[in-house]
Amino acid sequence: MKFAPWIATPLALALAAALPAWAQKADMAAAEKEGKVVWYASVDVKVAEAIANEFKKQYPKIDVEVERSGSERVFQRVNQEHQSGIKHADVVNSSDATHFITWKQQKMLAKYTPTDVAKFPKQYVDPDGYYATWRASLCVMGYNTNLVPPNQVPKGYKDLLDPKWKGKLTKAHPGYSGTSLTGTYAITKTLGWDYLEKLSKQNVQQLQSTTATPKSIASGERAVMVDGNEYNMFIEIDKKSPVKIIYPVEGTPFVSSPVAIFADAPHPNAARVFADFLFSQKVQQYLVDNGGNRSVHPGVKEPAGRTPLKDIKIIPDDAEGLLPHVEEIKKRYAELFGGGK
Amino acid sequence: MSASSIPRERASTPAPGRARAFDPTAPFTVAMALVLATLVLLPLFWLGVTSLTDDKRHFTLSHFHRLFSDSTFLEPLWVTLWTSAAIGLACVVFAAPMAWLVARTNLPGKRFFRMLILASFVTPPFLGAFAWVLLGGPNAGLINKAYYALLGLQPFDARPLVDIFSAWGIVFVTALYTFPYVFTFVANSLDLIPSDLEEAASILGARTWRTALDITLPLVLPALLAGFLVAFLQSMTLFGVAAILALPASIDTMTTKIWSLFQFPPKPGLAAAASLPLLVITVVLLRAQAAIMGRRGYSVVGGKTTGQRAIRLGAWTPVALLPFVFVLSCSVALPYGVLAWTAFVKNYSAPLAGNLTLDNWRFVFLEFSQTRLALTNTFILGLTSATAGTLIAVTVGYLGARRLVWGHRALSFLATAPVAIPGIVLAVGLFLSYTHPPLVLYGTLAIIFLAYVTKEMPVGYQQVAASLRSVHPELEDASRIFGATRLRALFDITVPLIRNGVIATWMFIFIGCIRELSATILLFTASTKTVSVTMFDLRESNDWGPIAVLSLTMLAITFAMIAVINRFTDRRVS
Repeated sequence: MKFAPWIATPLALALAAALPAWAQKADMAAAEKEGKVVWYASVDVKVAEAIANEFKKQYPKIDVEVERSGSERVFQRVNQEHQSGIKHADVVNSSDATHFITWKQQKMLAKYTPTDVAKFPKQYVDPDGYYATWRASLCVMGYNTNLVPPNQVPKGYKDLLDPKWKGKLTKAHPGYSGTSLTGTYAITKTLGWDYLEKLSKQNVQQLQSTTATPKSIASGERAVMVDGNEYNMFIEIDKKSPVKIIYPVEGTPFVSSPVAIFADAPHPNAARVFADFLFSQKVQQYLVDNGGNRSVHPGVKEPAGRTPLKDIKIIPDDAEGLLPHVEEIKKRYAELFGGGK
Repeated sequence: MSASSIPRERASTPAPGRARAFDPTAPFTVAMALVLATLVLLPLFWLGVTSLTDDKRHFTLSHFHRLFSDSTFLEPLWVTLWTSAAIGLACVVFAAPMAWLVARTNLPGKRFFRMLILASFVTPPFLGAFAWVLLGGPNAGLINKAYYALLGLQPFDARPLVDIFSAWGIVFVTALYTFPYVFTFVANSLDLIPSDLEEAASILGARTWRTALDITLPLVLPALLAGFLVAFLQSMTLFGVAAILALPASIDTMTTKIWSLFQFPPKPGLAAAASLPLLVITVVLLRAQAAIMGRRGYSVVGGKTTGQRAIRLGAWTPVALLPFVFVLSCSVALPYGVLAWTAFVKNYSAPLAGNLTLDNWRFVFLEFSQTRLALTNTFILGLTSATAGTLIAVTVGYLGARRLVWGHRALSFLATAPVAIPGIVLAVGLFLSYTHPPLVLYGTLAIIFLAYVTKEMPVGYQQVAASLRSVHPELEDASRIFGATRLRALFDITVPLIRNGVIATWMFIFIGCIRELSATILLFTASTKTVSVTMFDLRESNDWGPIAVLSLTMLAITFAMIAVINRFTDRRVS
């Protein structure tokens, strides 16, 4: 569909300008007629399916198909399908915020502001109205309490270079996971590639997803996790797995995970209803309580027992700054640690 | 459709006037040839073209230059070659004595062992790899945990007993599911070799071992070599095992490399170039195998003589049982056990207390929106590919067996040629052929259907051809005399006669399709996911519970199909 943009873009712009604001709202009847919404997401598969099932309970006439994969894989699949003229995805979530910049530049996104997003702090909403931070997670370190005695717990990334951790570390892959990409970028900025080069000599178990590394230390396969989702750590801790979170002294990468609707979504109305639902206070609170995520929704309360965001030294994410380095990071990382791509 | 009803039906049909009347078989043959040629040759054509051209379709050798100069390609090629060779050797070392014990001795429990070897044969290797991650993960794997507990060691302080995340892990797991090829080759060959020579040797005073080594071994050497080559080829082209076991250890093989070249933005030129070595090696080795098997230098390999002599094992029985117990525990008992365990617990590496749950089953069958889509796709693909594949196999097999038309050799060649095209290479070729006009099939089930039909055709064709050789053409001739066309004779007379063979063919193709991963992994899109791809996705986030549930489901379906096949093939005897 190479010919589409030059016709479609002016047309869409004209339409968007001509339509009054209320036309931007979700049309329930049309959504129910479409009967389905396809959601590509990078959030943990069980969290995603639980949200999808909640949606189906509330809107029994609209089915949800969840396509869960790592953020970078989601990006690849979306682009692969777009390039081949396949229209399948309606709503997308990825933990690599640079994807949304790229898609927006390529005019692949539809403009839509879900109801509750109007209340969100401005820095979490695209000023042009194409996407907003649906959830946020921290890219944390962690360890297995059975395998690491309390006095040995590493305090930050630098401690992991100690020879005693050789063969005991696990890390996700920035070529697969957006969280890992954001986290690895933060590491290269604070500690440099030199650090990663030394880390690669530590015989690190190379997993793909930052949802996988917490499961690896929970099972005791490795003792310390270099990067993983804070929310999966919360889920493991709730399951009474023997793991604890480390917020590294160098700082903890903050990872925005936006949601957007595609311009050529096959179910545009259902997509809007679904986006409204995803950003609603109910789902945002669910993401925090059961999904272990952080939310930027002003109405959401942090559950007791979790370290509040303000007490954690955060490395803010910087999608604009990361974007030009994405390919370089993936390539150099793969040279050091190997693994797909 | 009994044979007796046919004369009555035909009597009312006017017989064709002349023997030289237009035979509708001819255009049909041409059509079939076109279909086969498109299926097989088009992907190969685009593979060749893409590997030799740049983005603007100008001739270039840069892809090959990169391939053979860049260490990120040479390293995987080397890993692929040595692991495949090691797998071939491992298969021979274990399977050959096992086959000899089953064929020549009074080993107890032969039937049971043969059943378990069949089970290893039909277990998708990537399922075995999943199970072995749970068993042989260096620290959380159940075997290593037991080993640490037994010796009072702490994980990480000591070296694990097994580290499955390694190139040797690939060798071990792949060998477990490839040795049945060698076993079958050698066992069949032994069945055909009369034991006269062996008896002569023992009458002349040779001990049992001496006889086995000096007489039997040289006789089965061709079968051993052929088995080695088949095991080598199987291993070289597998994607799942390598992706599951080697990627976490930062090791690439050719198949995982080709797969990563297909991640967006795809690098088709490099992927095509990287596919060609696999294709060339396969073709060369298959020719070598055909030469070895076809030589028949040992003229004793022929008809059976009566009364095979069973060697009495006596006190050696426990020793003889060892390889069976070891191999079959590793290939069937332990993996199936750990999958069953994982399917019903929250954390596979935690103790039983408070760990039991049905959550994984509930998640997979009630909450996971991919399950229904993936099962539906898998079944649609299985049913359509098996049906189309069987139809093609029957028709081409018939034309070939009866030497009906000029060019039937070409048809047979085309039908068996895909044997030389590794699944992932075929997928690269199909991707290149059907992502641009005139026929854009990428993103539909059709492209996966084409992959499955093409990939399974040789198996189907050989099955049907074997059945057809056992049917004498006189009944067909009779129906032809009564005026039936060739096709009519085929479907009314011959197909019912080889019904069991046809049904078995259908089932074999079906089983082959529902477990396919190596080609599907490059061709699927979100709406065309299959069960195998879904499991692979779940693996990337370590969701072992749901993977175990899907594995058990897949095994259950496979074994149900095999039970059906057995029922049909048993009936032929009665």
